[in-house]
Amino acid sequence: MDKHHPHAPPRAAIIGTLARAETSELREAVHAHWPGLQWREAKPAEAGLVMLRGRTGGDGAAFNLGEATVARAVIDLETGERGHGQCLGRDMEKARLAAVFDALWQRETDRDAVERHVIAPVRARIARQGANDAARAAATRVNFFTLVRGED
Amino acid sequence: MPGRSAITQPAMDLTRQSQQTFRAIMNALARPGIMQTVASVGAPDGLDSAAAAAILALCDYETPLWLAQSFAGSPSIGSWVTFHTGAPRVADPRLAAFALVDLECDPLDLATFSQGNAEYPDRSTTVIAVAPSLEAGRQLRISGPGIKGAALLSVAGLPHDFTTQWAVNGQGFPLGVDMIFCCGDAVLGLPRSTRILGEAG
Amino acid sequence: MYVAVKGGEAAIANAHGLLAHDRRGDTAVPELTPEQIREQLSIAVDRVMTEGSLFDRDLAALAIKQARGDLIEAIFLVRAYRTTLPRFGFAVPLDTAAMRIRRRISATYKDLPGGQVLGPTFDYTHRLIDFALAAGTPVPEPQTAPADTARAPRVTDIIGGEDMIERNPPHDPDAPVGDLTRDPLAFPAGRDLRLQNLARGDEGFLLALGYSTQRGYGRTHPFVGEIRMGEVEVEFFIEDLGFAVSLGEITVTECQMVNQFKGSATEPARFTRGYGLGFGHCERKAMSMALVDRALRADEFEEERKAPAQDEEFVLSHSDNVQSTGFVEHLKLPHYVDFQAEITFLRELRRKHGAAQAGPQHIMPEAAE
Repeated sequence: MDKHHPHAPPRAAIIGTLARAETSELREAVHAHWPGLQWREAKPAEAGLVMLRGRTGGDGAAFNLGEATVARAVIDLETGERGHGQCLGRDMEKARLAAVFDALWQRETDRDAVERHVIAPVRARIARQGANDAARAAATRVNFFTLVRGED
Repeated sequence: MPGRSAITQPAMDLTRQSQQTFRAIMNALARPGIMQTVASVGAPDGLDSAAAAAILALCDYETPLWLAQSFAGSPSIGSWVTFHTGAPRVADPRLAAFALVDLECDPLDLATFSQGNAEYPDRSTTVIAVAPSLEAGRQLRISGPGIKGAALLSVAGLPHDFTTQWAVNGQGFPLGVDMIFCCGDAVLGLPRSTRILGEAG
Repeated sequence: MYVAVKGGEAAIANAHGLLAHDRRGDTAVPELTPEQIREQLSIAVDRVMTEGSLFDRDLAALAIKQARGDLIEAIFLVRAYRTTLPRFGFAVPLDTAAMRIRRRISATYKDLPGGQVLGPTFDYTHRLIDFALAAGTPVPEPQTAPADTARAPRVTDIIGGEDMIERNPPHDPDAPVGDLTRDPLAFPAGRDLRLQNLARGDEGFLLALGYSTQRGYGRTHPFVGEIRMGEVEVEFFIEDLGFAVSLGEITVTECQMVNQFKGSATEPARFTRGYGLGFGHCERKAMSMALVDRALRADEFEEERKAPAQDEEFVLSHSDNVQSTGFVEHLKLPHYVDFQAEITFLRELRRKHGAAQAGPQHIMPEAAE
């Protein structure tokens, strides 16, 4: 496996979306659609650091920029699926819930429901916010015009 | 927390547990010959609780780990170590920050481990050695920092030439390996600064 | 000499109690929350994250509250906190070309693909105190406009298209990357270590050094090729999964400085470059970093090293404000014994001096250290 240009499977996109969910979005989805779900932590959730890297000049050799806090969790459903949750920050509840949904997504019977009740709404919110940021930035784009001086 | 269920394990306070283990190991190395106990952790089959706790507390993503044959051959121990610590496994003991050895089953050759270097003597290998007993072995008199006068070390399963190996280990001071002996939930430390005076009695 | 002195426990405990009291200030005024600091003092939060070398807005905001707004103290708190956490690994290098841009300006090209996007800037404000802010007047919704969905190329890539700017050192995914937090700094340091050091370096120190290059102390003839600020994705390879996943987005500011050109008998002249990158919106810092990065490359371009900003050992050894404050501020801690020794020595010198003045023979005093 090439660590640097991994061929990202569909699951990577699901995990990436879960990392950007709000804790409340995940918590409410569990309560509303999977009440009484059985799962356990495969190892205790923990907060730690990931060293972030930049590249010299933006596209050159890597350098260590500084770290970010990351919470991560690994959980097992009672049906055996193992879920991984990891997200920026120190919110272990969010990491656990993200792991739960990663595991549920792997369960054939729950995949559609996870995409419908969790992934789609989170992606819609992210897209809305992104569009909003972009539209506000666009309003600050400079439109140059040239002043005409003198006759002729 | 919400979404938690009946089969969820009791909350494990990983940080506190590893701090307790760290302190026990620190005391063991500061007071050679005095046994310390560590709180039990969910150890995999074939690994003593104290050795498992030491690995959980000391090893992480940045500490290369070398497993002696008896452990390297066990898939359950190998995957447990990788899953819980993320420590990279190395095939060359000279690259290891930590080594895990079973005194009963594995040969022990201290010279094969990293001895550290003059700039960073702390980069030598710390050998975690699982012993059949910490009290029933032949009695060795030890002395050095942290020991008032002399103390006794009675680790079972040491190779017959251990005293010679330990003398060689001490000759390179401040380089040299440190040892943590484990049995059940007990640990004993043998830092490189300790000298073995000879057999007691 | 250091001699342990005991005592003062009660005084210290009471001083810390008084500190907590003074931090709170007038209790008739509502207490600040870390959320308020995070949202409303976001540039301070970004500085603490950049120089604390830890991206965590909530933590930086809390540190600022605890430090009573003393940003170096807050940076110190963040640095101390990070030592308590295990490291999970290294992220895939950030792709700033794929940034969701909220600000992007160039001083080298007026019209460029993606345009000049001012974003939330202090530039062009009149620097007049706004008394309306004191009253807490509601802020109108910002204007919006249709967004340009095309990717904004880096300005340096546009210049690079004509081969008129030096190429960056190539990225080798397997090459080791120096890490100051693991190995002590040794000289000469590679550019990777220099950039890491500058990224966590004190903004004021780098600003002054950058300014000094403009005033002639190691001139580099800089243009801001581009400054961009916005969100980039953090990707991390998960060993257990065998693929990389996104951990979320962070905000960064990047500065591409385009500097004086250099050629040789074998190479046509090309612009040289300096690079700056930091957490959050940290434009002054990123620009200063880029100026100093370029100045430190003097040897590479066979420039005479004579100015402070070109002196790697000087710059890298003094850029860290936590280190600097530690050594400067330790001077206020008890040095009673050292000073008593000096007093004794000085008395003896003066006694000998007095004797020499009075007596016929000349006594040479030994020099004090």
